[in-house]
Amino acid sequence: MASIGIRSVRKAYQKNAVVHGVDLDIASGEFIVILGPSGCGKSTLLRMIAGLEEISAGEISIDGVVVNNLEPRERGCAMVFQNYALYPHMSVADNIGYALRVAGVPKDERRRRVEATAKIVALESFLDRRPMALSGGQRQRVAMARAIVREPKVFLFDEPLSNLDAKLRVAMRAEIRRLHRRLGATSIFVTHDQVEAMTLGDRLVVMNAGRVEQVGAPAEVYNRPASRFVAGFVGSPAMNLMEGTIDRHGVFVYDEERRVAVPDAVESRLVGHKVTLGVRAEAARLVEAGTSGSLPATVDFVEELGAGRVVHTDLDGLSFAVAVTEPVALVPGTAVGIAIDPADIHLFSSETGLRIDAAPAGAQVEPPLVP
Amino acid sequence: MVERTPLFDAICQAILLIGLIVALLPFAIVIIAATHDIRAVNIVPMPLMPGHDLMANLHEAWVRADLGNKLFNSILFATSVAAGKVILSAMAAFSIVYFRFPGRSLLFWAIFITLMLPLEVRIVPTYAVAANALAPFQAILNVTGITWLIQTVSGLQLSLQWGLLNSYPGLVLPLVATATGTFLYRQFFLTIPDELAEAAKMDGSGPVRFFFDMLLPLSRPNMIALFTIMFVWAWNQYLWPLLVTTDPKFGIAVTQLKLLIPSEFGLPDWNVAMAGTLIIMAPPLVVVILMQRWFVRGLISTEK
Repeated sequence: MASIGIRSVRKAYQKNAVVHGVDLDIASGEFIVILGPSGCGKSTLLRMIAGLEEISAGEISIDGVVVNNLEPRERGCAMVFQNYALYPHMSVADNIGYALRVAGVPKDERRRRVEATAKIVALESFLDRRPMALSGGQRQRVAMARAIVREPKVFLFDEPLSNLDAKLRVAMRAEIRRLHRRLGATSIFVTHDQVEAMTLGDRLVVMNAGRVEQVGAPAEVYNRPASRFVAGFVGSPAMNLMEGTIDRHGVFVYDEERRVAVPDAVESRLVGHKVTLGVRAEAARLVEAGTSGSLPATVDFVEELGAGRVVHTDLDGLSFAVAVTEPVALVPGTAVGIAIDPADIHLFSSETGLRIDAAPAGAQVEPPLVP
Repeated sequence: MVERTPLFDAICQAILLIGLIVALLPFAIVIIAATHDIRAVNIVPMPLMPGHDLMANLHEAWVRADLGNKLFNSILFATSVAAGKVILSAMAAFSIVYFRFPGRSLLFWAIFITLMLPLEVRIVPTYAVAANALAPFQAILNVTGITWLIQTVSGLQLSLQWGLLNSYPGLVLPLVATATGTFLYRQFFLTIPDELAEAAKMDGSGPVRFFFDMLLPLSRPNMIALFTIMFVWAWNQYLWPLLVTTDPKFGIAVTQLKLLIPSEFGLPDWNVAMAGTLIIMAPPLVVVILMQRWFVRGLISTEK
């Protein structure tokens, strides 16, 4: 168990900056998920914590000790790689026990610890097999066992589930969560999958283009996205975003016939401003075409999800998704109306992309959640 | 493209068969000639049925060419060269692939370029170095003026001398460096995923441990393939052993063949020469047969 401090950490390859100053405090025992699209610098950040990449500027400390110049083995981190990186010529037992062998742990103790670890991940009966003879999920568990056996201070996961099929991914997700509850070690999990992020993390760190966009509990990130990027990235289907201006009457204007009332608390400050309006698909409602206050739209297609369905509509070129729970019979081309409740609206500045709130900016920073 | 027609199959079989015959025919003639006595072997055309004198011919060749001693030298020589090449090229490729140091790619290309400088091209300078392995260092000391300095100060004439002529190290060392082997290893190391090195790093393994625990076991098929090729290559070396060993004590089997080939006015006992050839080509054949299974896998590259 260890706390991690990240102070204005930067990474540049030659002149190419990929991480632009990240600050983050991770409490001991916390499960942090770093979420972002590919190329946003999330893996680079993780690898800097692990010691596999040099830190161009800034400071990373584990348990208060600055580790910038420490070798990976001196940092007390264990890592699970995306493609598992199992040693192909070693049996499962040797794979799990390799770190202990390097550390000079006596054979008997090694054997005991490998067996105990194998039990945790349900691999007892596979200890003599080679990685080649294992399924994807089993290989994944070997990779986890290899990390667990060292009893590290920090677990680092680099998109460990992205090579698994959908069903296995869900199972492994639950397993990782359970494991974290059992071991209680500080964990950092990197992923581009927002469902994975929402379900696993105590806190999410959403990254984009080398910068942290938002840090917060999953529900907070979902309900109060701090920027237009987070709004569009977290949630499935993605939040509907519309560009427009706030007119003299404090009403959001997308075009001539599409206007949305915004909450009273913010309208006065925004008159005449260009803003982006965001609405979750599940917050918008489908109504009869022509209902007053609704946005006119035509049905594009309907996505059947079993438990619910997503109606994709077209607002003269802008696609807008509406999630509905009850079955609908809508043919493409049908005219419908979309009703939006002012309480469900998220507003973002079109210039900076940041969230516009009734409360003064900065109030949404909350203390880290410690389980 | 896979064709499956009987006619096409038959043509393929026929071509393969012809190729096999072409490859094996000289070999068959050597074996047959080795079984005849001197009279039968000189009949034109030579009888193609085997004779009865194989053992006598083998014995005669063995004694005349002193093959007991020479075969021992050859095996020692070829094994040391092949083993030296395997070890040296693995280490060279390891440093080129896994370490970032200035001049890394320059070094790689320098090694690669030596492919264009086979032993035959640089045989004179190589001989000069073998005659005194410390000569290059002496030259450096001379040029930098250190020799002069030592002589003026202490009155001692500095003269470094380490002759390798007529010795096993002299036979082996100049042939140990290999660009082919380094290249083979480099290509193999490049196919090993970076994550493997990183995982080993996370597990606390340093570079030397990584080399012995990961790279060596993983490259075993490669190593065996390289050893086999290089053993056969070293076994067939003629010019260098001939040049560097004037003392018969260090002679090797292949150069000794010369002794068995009838001279212009000597007895035309080709049966003995062929028997000697048979003995001398046996060891590399055994090595190839033993290593064959691994050898093919190594050249086909890695198992997934």
